[in-house]
Amino acid sequence: MAAGKGIDRRGFLSRLTAAAVGGVVWGGFVTEGKSAALVLRPPGALPEKVFLGKCIKCGICVEACPYDTLFLAGPGTDAPTGTPRLLPRDVPCYLCTDIPCTAECPTGALDVSLVSDDGGRTLDVNKTRIGLAVMDYENCIAAWGLRCDACYRACPLLDKAITIEHTRNERTGRHAVLLPKVHPDACTGCGLCERACVVEKAAIFVLPLEVALGRVGNSYVKGWEEGDESRIDGTTGPADELDSHPLDYLNSGDLQDD
Amino acid sequence: MTSLRTNRYLIARRLVQTAVMVLLIGGNLWGWTVLRGNLSSSVVLGTVPLADPFAVIQLLAAGGLLATDVLIGAAITLAFYALLGGRVFCSWVCPMNMVTDLANRLGRRFKTGTGSRRVFGRSARYFILGLALVLSAIMGVAAFEAISPIGMLQRGLVFGMGAGWLAVTAVFLFDLLIQRNGFCGHVCPLGAFYALVGRTALVRIDHDHEKCTSCMDCLKVCPENQILELVGQASGSVLDGVCTNCGRCIEVCPDAALSFSHRKHAMSLESGGS
Ligand code: SF4
Ligand code: SF4
Repeated sequence: MAAGKGIDRRGFLSRLTAAAVGGVVWGGFVTEGKSAALVLRPPGALPEKVFLGKCIKCGICVEACPYDTLFLAGPGTDAPTGTPRLLPRDVPCYLCTDIPCTAECPTGALDVSLVSDDGGRTLDVNKTRIGLAVMDYENCIAAWGLRCDACYRACPLLDKAITIEHTRNERTGRHAVLLPKVHPDACTGCGLCERACVVEKAAIFVLPLEVALGRVGNSYVKGWEEGDESRIDGTTGPADELDSHPLDYLNSGDLQDD
Repeated sequence: MTSLRTNRYLIARRLVQTAVMVLLIGGNLWGWTVLRGNLSSSVVLGTVPLADPFAVIQLLAAGGLLATDVLIGAAITLAFYALLGGRVFCSWVCPMNMVTDLANRLGRRFKTGTGSRRVFGRSARYFILGLALVLSAIMGVAAFEAISPIGMLQRGLVFGMGAGWLAVTAVFLFDLLIQRNGFCGHVCPLGAFYALVGRTALVRIDHDHEKCTSCMDCLKVCPENQILELVGQASGSVLDGVCTNCGRCIEVCPDAALSFSHRKHAMSLESGGS
């Protein structure tokens, strides 16, 4: 009886150990698959972390896309296996007005309300934010002074998401440089520019917003823009932790007496 | 002709398994609308949603507030398997079944995969099932879906395999060389989930003790033969949820002592058949 119990306990402990080890290894695999900072998701995708907690990997978005833009990530790649993504240099997103990928997603991982006006009733594909097109002016031949506006012409939001800036060509002293410039407030991240770029490895390319954009934080406000100050409402800083109001110092007897 | 008869359920299962995958593949490659998506979630004829209830439960554990489409789909699938036998999925739909059946058939032929050291017990799958839910909650993603060889296989068949072959080959070799029925019968948490679902199934294997000559052919082919303990002892239904309703025991029985039937009252082994 006692011997039997001993074996039971040993069996239980070894099982517990196996479960713990298995859990850690398994967890490691899952973390591995979660770090997908550079992966571009279909239109309407929720922020990456929420997206991964919702996508069931059914591929219905992939099938819905008429341009074969989307594909499911394979095992052992830089995206969690089975999640939908796109590589705009291969096939960009053509911004279908009926956004079938988002509309057909059964889980809400692609959220219609993110790509529509008035709370989801009218689809507006221009609200798509797959990422942001970023320029590498070192390798942009237009920035060299050559004549190229391939990305500008390819942009479905021409003159809104990409404009051309005319500047002086300092090298020749007598020509212009026609510089493409991306505007984050309009850029959908569709990647048609990246697809169109004529140099060997695109000098304009889409990065996920989290990667492409900085963040100002609460320390700076555009005083000239109405409402921008409301951005920092409710935030606290060092001044809030003082015992007295800074103005009290100016009004204090010390200063007046001197 | 006899071989057709003695393999009738096997042939039917292969046809169903293949048909489901062909319809899904056609949905992706040729735009067929009968069944679009994959085994994780799909749409029948553009209207009825279906979804893998275990994947949905993992996503819910991960904290995902899912849209109603996929929840309805999971409920429909769950109801279907709760009536027909949870693990009907395993033997009639899951494409991994063809891989492990082949491994186990070869294992029986070449006497491999039955070493004295068993790696996993029959209940390991329930621990793994629990672990899948705990890890999903901690990591915020569906943990089994992140590593599932079944997912890689079925997604791979529809959308392109990539390195998924490695996982499938690993399962095949594990079953062939290390542990017979190792994956489906010991490890797989999806099978464990469907075993729990199948506990109330209405369609069950029925054993007729009067006809049985105790040849035990059924135990040789059954992937979960621990549940056939009533064979040669008592009449009644095989009530254990791990029965996959594959019907293999029925077709190999030379005495017609086994059949599909509705769920019958459990016969206790002590009181004998009646
Ligand atoms: S908007 Fe159209 S082109 Fe872009 S990913 Fe969706 S379905 Fe494909
Ligand atoms: S349709 Fe939705 S749930 Fe299915 S793979 Fe695409 S994003 Fe994921």
